[in-house]
Amino acid sequence: MPIKTYRQAINEAMAQEMRQDSTVIVIGEDVAGGAGCDGERDAYGGVMGVTKGLFPEFGESRVIDTPITESAIMGAAAGAAQTGLRPIAELMFMDFLGVCFDQIYNQAAKFRYMFGGKAQCPMVVRTMAGAGLRGGAQHSQNLTQMVTMVPGLKVVCPTNAYDAKGLLITAIRDNDCVIFVEDKFLYETSCEVPDEMYTIPFGEANFLREGTDVTIVGISNTVNKALAVADRLAAEGISCDVIDPRTTSPLDEESIIESVEVTGRLVIVDEMTPRCGVAADISSIVAEKAFGSLRAPIMKVTAAHSPIPFAPALEDAWMPQESDIEAAVRAVLGYTR
Amino acid sequence: MSLDKKQFLQAYRTMRTIRDFEYRVSDEFGKGNIPGFLHLYAGQEAIATGMCMNLSDEDYIVSTHRGHGHCIAKGGDVGDMMKEIMAKQGGSCAGKGGSMHIAAVEKGMLGANAIVGGGPPLIVGAALSAKTLGTGSVGVSFTGDGGSNQGTTFEAMNLAVVLQVPAIFMFENNGYGEGTAAGYAVGSKDIASRAAAFGMPALKVDGADIFETYKTCKKAVDHCRSGKGPIAIEASITRFRGHFEGDAQQYRGKGEVKRLMKDLDCLKIASDIAIKKKLATKAELKAIDKEVAAYIDEAATAALAAPSPDVSELLTDVYSSAY
Ligand SMILES: Cc1ncc(C[n+]2csc(CCOP(=O)(O)OP(=O)(O)O)c2C)c(N)n1
Ligand SMILES: [Mg+2]
Repeated sequence: MPIKTYRQAINEAMAQEMRQDSTVIVIGEDVAGGAGCDGERDAYGGVMGVTKGLFPEFGESRVIDTPITESAIMGAAAGAAQTGLRPIAELMFMDFLGVCFDQIYNQAAKFRYMFGGKAQCPMVVRTMAGAGLRGGAQHSQNLTQMVTMVPGLKVVCPTNAYDAKGLLITAIRDNDCVIFVEDKFLYETSCEVPDEMYTIPFGEANFLREGTDVTIVGISNTVNKALAVADRLAAEGISCDVIDPRTTSPLDEESIIESVEVTGRLVIVDEMTPRCGVAADISSIVAEKAFGSLRAPIMKVTAAHSPIPFAPALEDAWMPQESDIEAAVRAVLGYTR
Repeated sequence: MSLDKKQFLQAYRTMRTIRDFEYRVSDEFGKGNIPGFLHLYAGQEAIATGMCMNLSDEDYIVSTHRGHGHCIAKGGDVGDMMKEIMAKQGGSCAGKGGSMHIAAVEKGMLGANAIVGGGPPLIVGAALSAKTLGTGSVGVSFTGDGGSNQGTTFEAMNLAVVLQVPAIFMFENNGYGEGTAAGYAVGSKDIASRAAAFGMPALKVDGADIFETYKTCKKAVDHCRSGKGPIAIEASITRFRGHFEGDAQQYRGKGEVKRLMKDLDCLKIASDIAIKKKLATKAELKAIDKEVAAYIDEAATAALAAPSPDVSELLTDVYSSAY
């Protein structure tokens, strides 16, 4: 099977869906690049090059460069989704959610329900999240928690190239507004990705490693860190179940609970701030529904409760590291009543 | 009123300082000494300089992601800025902000901003403070052609007109927002006429000529100080570098950057005019160049040698009091 990067997998999912469904469009800032310029069109293909090549193939009516105007981009995508198109709207950095959140959470998320099931909003918001690139307080945040709490939105956090392609195709075909959160650390990572189109259902967790001592749930790239830790601990005879929920809304509660019923111990890793986050959410679900199975308190490994600092030493201290995950696993294993 | 000799030499020094600062951070970035993203102001120096010469420390400015030049022109400490950009102790923002959040709050430089369109509403607030407290200060937001299209910018202009606050909306039209041309993204004839449609006077100026930017900015500042409400300026200019350091700039035409760097170099334009007008001699300008070069080198050397912030700083300054 061919090896493809996360970036290529996402690009391929869009291109293949666009070939077979002429209502799919891509809209955003510099999704092609070069609009109105003397130089090349498709100069960027998105700031990370993820949409590169779509413009030459599908042209300017389907790959639309916009001014810097996130509210109007998201609103236009929602309005177009309500009236026959299937837009993939790009929000360059997830931090910019602040600029356009109303159009997403008061508009796109609520059409169907508010209008008694008579409207729909088949749009995808592709966005990029994640710290560690020294982007500072306004270019590093993962705000998955902010969209996960909104009824009506579906939220996808692909953690490898294979999942990214299958989940994006599902997202484009879905009739609700889907927030597709790409982790900027993963664009260069690669794995086997089929050339054919395939879908991965929402709400189905991926078991990355099976174990019996501790369940580790990781969101976005933290699951890859958790996997590395689990691999190392296996050498010591510590056996971890590593679960990637793949979508935070819907959330595959059942798989997490089933795993905790075996291990009795849960560590949740997430690169978001600790209060009211996805880790806190999963923790509350397990405490409520699998209390009897728990042999130790649930541990959350999250970022610190602060804006994201610029200096590398501070940013590294801010985000969850493999050493933090390892310490949490040892702590739940060492817990005695 | 045009720049006199003393003012001109000061303007030249500021522009040269910005230019050298930017080229030095570009070098240091290339050597791996600067983390994160870097957007340079090289080429646009006459705009920040012409504006800030008309302001005092009691006046306010807000800036963009391309904020080093605004910060220097407003009197920000170059040594502290260099440390900030290199993520070192003693940086203007304690190493927590970086290039995109460079600030000199004590000098009225309320911050660079990594959210395009984040600044204009803030300057309406600063101007509201000035009006309410009767300080006589004015507020200036520097915004790009790209940022001129954000809803926040439109709302800020309208609110400034409604409240009649002393705010100046300075639009630096460098032709591009990332890789998209202003001619494509700005739907109106130009940015100035759109600002005027909100109900304020709007001026246009050649952003490469310090004599012109100074004069036009003075008009705007005088307008605000005399209580006549907000005003806008559109300055046309180019950027010498890519959108960010490392930008391949394939969207720019063949030879475009080279040509514009020759035709629109504010430092060259300034020296040519000054020498012709006998405001300065070649030797005087050369002496300034030498002093500035040494000054920037000293700042960079000190920043390179400074230690990184201590990890114990991570949770300080999230709130104003113990939490
Ligand atoms: C809300 C928001 N949208 C998009 C971006 C990404 N971005 C950063 S700078 C920039 C271009 C800004 O263009 P302009 O306002 O003309 O300023 P210039 O870069 O030319 O100085 C873009 C799109 C951002 N930082 N914030
Ligand atoms: Mg611009």
